[in-house]
Amino acid sequence: MDSRRALGDNVHLPEKVQIAAKILVVGHFAVGKTTFIGTLSEIPPLRTEETMTQAGADVDDLKGIRGKTTTTVAMDFGRLTLNERLVLYLFGTPGQQRFVQVWEDMTRGALGALILVDPQRLRESFAVMDLVEKYGIPYAIAVNRFDGTPSRADEELREALDLLPETPIVTCDARDERSSANALMALVRYLQSRTR
Amino acid sequence: MTAPDDELGPESVELVRPYVITNGRGLPDRDRFDLITLVTASAGDRRTDRLDPEKRSLVKLCEGGYLSVAEIAGHLRLPIGIVKVLLSDLAEAGYVQTRTPVPPAQLADIQVLQEVLDGLQARFG
Repeated sequence: MDSRRALGDNVHLPEKVQIAAKILVVGHFAVGKTTFIGTLSEIPPLRTEETMTQAGADVDDLKGIRGKTTTTVAMDFGRLTLNERLVLYLFGTPGQQRFVQVWEDMTRGALGALILVDPQRLRESFAVMDLVEKYGIPYAIAVNRFDGTPSRADEELREALDLLPETPIVTCDARDERSSANALMALVRYLQSRTR
Repeated sequence: MTAPDDELGPESVELVRPYVITNGRGLPDRDRFDLITLVTASAGDRRTDRLDPEKRSLVKLCEGGYLSVAEIAGHLRLPIGIVKVLLSDLAEAGYVQTRTPVPPAQLADIQVLQEVLDGLQARFG
């Protein structure tokens, strides 16, 4: 690995950018978070890691093996400069309950969350939904349509995911720019409606 | 021939445990640097040759303009917590400066949301 690999021309933000905003893109493993972020980001998605040391007692599966364990949680994120003073960051992270420290960092100041769900694996979305709700982050559901996935009726989804009547459900293809942008805009409109 | 400076690239980071990079210090005040706090190198000609290699890389990266804390961590391939410690030291010593992230005030949110929506519409139609 060349540590001095050349950074592209558009690495840094335009000079006048004053405001950074954050929207979370969350969902279970392999639901398409990184694809979604990569589709919309103006920079190649970056990965950061947070290393956490936890007391063994907090880690059920390692209890009794050793006193402490170190866990690494990866977050992928992308960037969109939306006007000359505003930049939006999209952060993707997995939804494991034990990564509380990362969630505190991620959710602080977040405008809202887009929860990506796979209609064939709805149960796997429950844990991440619990976390988003626990941190009080307003959210919309984006159903990532994989090839050949039959669509499920919104009402069926709403019931299965126990959503409030006003929570938006949108369908998107995380590989498609326009479709992904539409899902994000649906979330933003919902967030606007909550502030009125 | 390799200059002495070049012998201490970011590769060396992987050879030491993270807390060694921070000289054994714990995490700084977590409120000072958010994931999206925007950081740039301070204006003026400051000598960086006596800084630790990680700090030198960080200042060099920030010389090109503003970047978020998360981007700095991503480019340097260092954990966020470590980057916060390094930034805290560098800010104190005057090497880097920050722009404050959006305050979570309700009024600011309304305006930011409108600008986000307008920006997305302009960009993606």
